[in-house]
Amino acid sequence: MPDIQMQNYTINFGPQHPAAHGVLRLVLEMNGEVVERSDPHIGLLHRGTEKLIEYRPWLQNIPYFDRLDYCSMLCQEHAYVLGVEKLLGIEAPIRALYIRTLFDEITRILNHLLNVTTMALDVGAMTPLLWLFEEREKLMTFYEAVTGARMHANYYRFGGVARDLPKGMDEQILKWADEFVPILDDVEALLTENRIFKQRTVDIGVVSVEDALDWGFSGPMLRASGLPWDLRKSQPYAVYDRMEFDIPVGKNGDCYDRYLVRMLEIRESLKIVRQCIAQMPEGPWRIDDQKVTPPPRREMKRSMEALIHHFKLYTEGIHVPEGEVYAAVESGKGEFGVYLVSDGTNKPYRCKIRSPGYVHLQALDFMGKGHQLADIVAIIGSLDIVFGEIDR
Amino acid sequence: MASADLTARDEGLRDLLALIEPTLGDSLLASSIEHGELTLRVPVPQIVRVLTYLRDDPNMLFKELVDLCGVDYPERERRFEVVYHLLSLRHNQRIRVKVATDEATPVPSVVEAFSTAGWFEREAWDMYGIFFSGHPDLRRLLTDYGFEGHPLRKDFPLTGYVEMRYDDEQKRVIYEPVKLRQDFRSWDFLSPWEGSGGLLPGDEKAKA
Repeated sequence: MPDIQMQNYTINFGPQHPAAHGVLRLVLEMNGEVVERSDPHIGLLHRGTEKLIEYRPWLQNIPYFDRLDYCSMLCQEHAYVLGVEKLLGIEAPIRALYIRTLFDEITRILNHLLNVTTMALDVGAMTPLLWLFEEREKLMTFYEAVTGARMHANYYRFGGVARDLPKGMDEQILKWADEFVPILDDVEALLTENRIFKQRTVDIGVVSVEDALDWGFSGPMLRASGLPWDLRKSQPYAVYDRMEFDIPVGKNGDCYDRYLVRMLEIRESLKIVRQCIAQMPEGPWRIDDQKVTPPPRREMKRSMEALIHHFKLYTEGIHVPEGEVYAAVESGKGEFGVYLVSDGTNKPYRCKIRSPGYVHLQALDFMGKGHQLADIVAIIGSLDIVFGEIDR
Repeated sequence: MASADLTARDEGLRDLLALIEPTLGDSLLASSIEHGELTLRVPVPQIVRVLTYLRDDPNMLFKELVDLCGVDYPERERRFEVVYHLLSLRHNQRIRVKVATDEATPVPSVVEAFSTAGWFEREAWDMYGIFFSGHPDLRRLLTDYGFEGHPLRKDFPLTGYVEMRYDDEQKRVIYEPVKLRQDFRSWDFLSPWEGSGGLLPGDEKAKA
């Protein structure tokens, strides 16, 4: 029998593949059905956000942060706003901190609902997507009621938030939270012990703690490997130090654990949402410093000084003292950080966006080595990637 | 963060710096603690040694490279800065390490020490043209296939040089020099009184 020459071949996965979660182009080197090497080609959604930010006044950059990871909008604004507040040396009033915490958690639920359901869709379960997207829609109506936009909120401001919560918002959110729990239970009943789901995810893409640290993992990806690390606990911002919640931790660091961690985190987020609403004090929702926040509309009509402040704030914008800071928050996907360099003018000198998805996608080659092609799909699903933040 | 927290943080960072200083010795060019963050400046050839020390020393254990990026200061002699952000999960500390370089000086790659540096260094190469020696795969990452130039440099225009469209005659995507109907409008809103320190017309008379 003649020797048969075996040769690896490469296949293109995406950028139009439905399981690529956006515009991921993956060049896979295959040995039969087994993946030898995967080379993600990213940048198909690159919009030059960091360059654009250098050309806009500080305030006008907030909307860019909604458009990075368009599933955890407010968490990202939070990081930017925290960084600028650090440079300015100001702190938002307590009610604003509660509102931010509340909406960070609503955003986290939005993010996890999207990820869990699309991952289930990738491995063959369609129902969770249909059920939970309805809940996402309800959450987005809260977004809309409070910020005016379903997704791209542009709501957090330096020294507070743009406006107060509308009347009756808290009861609506609580009512939703009560109705949501049974639906979440139903979805868990569908997925958690599902034989097909477990066959596709258990022991797939296993990451040890050492590897997770070496590859810079954070968020649910790191916690699924067994490290109880959460910026909300370890470096608390807003009012997370007043909240009581647990950090779910996985054991094996496989796709199934990452799914479980996210499901449990949704429940923890619900706890925080309830606590925020119960504890939220009355009071101002942004600081009373007219060099940073605009004067109330009413005052502008009467006071010359208020008018000048308003004009200067919306033309020249605020000046941020020279310096550099790194501010990070725990977004749904992991540590979302912003490195800001200010040269003392009304525009950032440099703004580097550290997105969790970028770091996680990089590890795909290492995680997928030796797995089958179909497992790559499950791994990508469990990475929780959104191309807005990866390509920036 | 309340100011009391900030002082407590600074205290912890000063202790950390006191541990770092003797070990690094001459390779620590400067250090500062601002906004509750510790920054170290080290020479370019020492970067791998410094990061490996910060990763492995039991008092440091900065196991995670959170971020790596370039910054461009065209007026400086060595125009680029490479900024490394490290995180120690054990001691709950962050640290920032900086090196200064230029177009010609390669920075030793830290991929061996932190696998996560791979893409970060590719991005810094792509965006700034900072060369990392010893990187296993220093290709462009975010820009288009065949892109020329390094877009995040301060002397690269915001609008870029080329634009792309589908040409119906050639039946393919073509690149053309960028044509704008209207100039890019970068308003100079800086107040001449508090702004970038320029002289107002007539100021020269004050000294006469």
